[in-house]
Amino acid sequence: MLAWFARRIVQSLIVVVAMTIIVFLAVNVIGDPAAILISPDANQIERERIIAQLGLDQPLWRQYFSFLAGALQGNFGNSFVYGMPALQVILERMPATIELAIGTMIVSLLFGVPLGLYTGLHPESLPAKIAMSGSIIGFSVPVFWLGLILILIFSVQFGWFPAGGRGETGQLFGIEWSFMTGNGLRHLALPVMTLAIFKISLVMRMVRAGVRDVLPQEYVKFARAKGLKRPRILYVHVLKNIMIPVVTIIGLEFGSLIAFSVVTESIFAWPGMGKLIIDSINMLDRPMIVAYLIIIVFLFVAINLIVDILYTLLDPRVRLSSF
Amino acid sequence: MKKFLLTSVLAVLAPVLAQAQGLTMGLGGNVTSLDPHYHSAGPNSAFAYTIFSRLTETDENSRVLPGLAESWKMIDPLTWEFRLRKGVKFHNGNDFTAEDVVFTFARIPRVVNSPGPYTSYLRGISATEIVDPYTLRIKTEYPVPILPLMMHNIAILDSATHANATTEDFNAGRALIGTGPFRYVSGSTNAGIKLARNKDFWGPAPDWESVDYRIITNSAARTAAFLAGDVDLIDQVASADVPRISQNANAKVVSKVGLRLMYINLDNARTKDPVFLTDNAGKPLATNPLKDVRVRKALSLAIDRQVLADRVMDGTAIPSMQYMPPDAYGFAKDLAPSSADPAGAKKLLAEAGYPEGFRITLHGSNDRFPNDARVLQAIGQMWTRIGVRTAVDAMPYGPFQSRASAQEFAAFLGTWGSSGEPGIGMTNTLATFDKAKGTGSINRGRYSNPAFDQALAAATSEMDDAKREAMLQDVTRMLVADMPILPLYIQKNVWAVKKGFSYAGRADEASMPQDVHPSR
Repeated sequence: MLAWFARRIVQSLIVVVAMTIIVFLAVNVIGDPAAILISPDANQIERERIIAQLGLDQPLWRQYFSFLAGALQGNFGNSFVYGMPALQVILERMPATIELAIGTMIVSLLFGVPLGLYTGLHPESLPAKIAMSGSIIGFSVPVFWLGLILILIFSVQFGWFPAGGRGETGQLFGIEWSFMTGNGLRHLALPVMTLAIFKISLVMRMVRAGVRDVLPQEYVKFARAKGLKRPRILYVHVLKNIMIPVVTIIGLEFGSLIAFSVVTESIFAWPGMGKLIIDSINMLDRPMIVAYLIIIVFLFVAINLIVDILYTLLDPRVRLSSF
Repeated sequence: MKKFLLTSVLAVLAPVLAQAQGLTMGLGGNVTSLDPHYHSAGPNSAFAYTIFSRLTETDENSRVLPGLAESWKMIDPLTWEFRLRKGVKFHNGNDFTAEDVVFTFARIPRVVNSPGPYTSYLRGISATEIVDPYTLRIKTEYPVPILPLMMHNIAILDSATHANATTEDFNAGRALIGTGPFRYVSGSTNAGIKLARNKDFWGPAPDWESVDYRIITNSAARTAAFLAGDVDLIDQVASADVPRISQNANAKVVSKVGLRLMYINLDNARTKDPVFLTDNAGKPLATNPLKDVRVRKALSLAIDRQVLADRVMDGTAIPSMQYMPPDAYGFAKDLAPSSADPAGAKKLLAEAGYPEGFRITLHGSNDRFPNDARVLQAIGQMWTRIGVRTAVDAMPYGPFQSRASAQEFAAFLGTWGSSGEPGIGMTNTLATFDKAKGTGSINRGRYSNPAFDQALAAATSEMDDAKREAMLQDVTRMLVADMPILPLYIQKNVWAVKKGFSYAGRADEASMPQDVHPSR
């Protein structure tokens, strides 16, 4: 168990180092941060001073090693644009993104699992057919379009929900959260709905396929023959066995919600970190890009870790050492 | 009928009654720092001016007005005397005196790692001298006639409060204490900032008890928030959204011609072996046709600026041959944009020895300026019509700007945003690239014309405002005669305000809550 854990950590560190090298090279290929960042008012002397202050006059390998030296002490460098430690800028925006992701996952599980069970158990019924066709729409509608349509209907037309922003926030563990206030919850509603419609369809289809797969199996028949009650068969034996693929997908989707919900955050003016990475790439704000991607790598590693541990809980045959 | 009247009266009054206390703004520019001396960029400055005052301010046409300085005079070409306003207090009760100005000037160079330092506006200042607490003398190394204008960029801090204030203190709100019309209440750039009226403001009292300053960078989201009634005013309205908002009975679109000129930058550097220029068969050209003034004029004549402004920009621009818009300092009335003349352009090309034209690639960004890629395509078609077969290559701003700075292009869409006078713009973009003199720092076409340099240098050191304006107009005329760049249009700044609010608009794009008023 411990050796497995250590191996995971080492693997992720290798990924991080490789990623930082790629980012340094890539930013250098895309363009010169100085050409974009420096205000046009500056003259040549001021320009040279700024370039030296930002360390951009050094050869790339030296810039990289001074970054590494800082990173080993937990300092990922100052953002070129914000003039603040890159990590701090990202962490300030993280709660907004995390609550959006968690809200979305809760809603999609709350709707997706029951719908999946129902459509799996009664595949020929009319509601199941409607749900299945609806999920095709949920899959195929682009997020930005869906977001704008929801805004047009629910904010512009009916005025039920605000069109954007986080609204009022309340404190929990010293962090500001929107879900702590009624006003904040109303602000959460539309972005969560936008993100959740795709995930609901996904979870529903995964669960349905699992149910269809598991129902004809021997152990379900045996359980039935043994005289177990239907709810017990369904919620304990069937559900537990179809959860492994669902958990895998949920884990990955949760990661990508946190890392890449850029479109939704832009449309709803949600001050999360997804928008930050795009702005930073546009401005070639290298310290921000590097710090952001390091956080994302660790996030995915952590999520995979949790998913693997959940596997062992769901299926006793799975051993961690086999990964 | 009576009922109808009543409801319509209520409908008119309702927004006024509901909103008289507070103002909610949804702004497109990303405020990257709340430190008023960290990064000189439009959105940062506009926010800073709600909290802080400056020695001078500018009106909606970017002409200088008194601010914390009631008046100023030039004692000799190297010495200015500013008389400061008495009885002005910072939000924490401290008095404003000349010492605070001296402290502010000293702090600006200490703010490091800034990509847009405010030291640019202190250029030339060699010393400051406090004559008495309300009289300040500023000495310069060389004549700086635009010193009073430059002062409008410098937010004045308090020597006692801000002695050790860091950029982080400002971002956290702790150090946001100024002499401006509003005081900081709470919030950050992420969550939106809440401001409250400064009851002791030295100028006209602001109309709003409270201001909710929200940043919504996505233009569709901004329009949606406005249409949903979440915000009372938005800026940078996308040209495509203007008709939709104009149709709304509860909204009004306000536009004001801005200070940002879009132009085509031409490669004036290479005499031989030009890049992205070939003959019609695709073979490289031996000499650079863009060095010939007749070719540059032909390319300019081919462009229908009116079409660019009206159709491509949906009316959110005005055709222009110069840096300054009408009503601004340095605008030359006689330089009206010429209408397109493809026949005349072809004739000029033939005279220059290119009767069959040539091929060129036109570069530009596709994600930075309003409709930039569409403008490029339109110009490509206009040039192709006179025989200059044009390939358009629009790319993201990052790589584009890097390559443009490295002079990799033959022609590209460039821009300059002035701050109230044309001298700096022409010095930075068109004067000869000269590190020692600090001229031509972003002269990406490397245009170099000694006569132009001389006239421009003379104009920018002339101390008399009226004479300088006439000289700058002459320099502008030289520019139009030689066409080192092809000026296209000046963008309009567009706002949308809810019924019950009025905003006159500003040439410098800033959305200032102190200038928003309740209407009726």
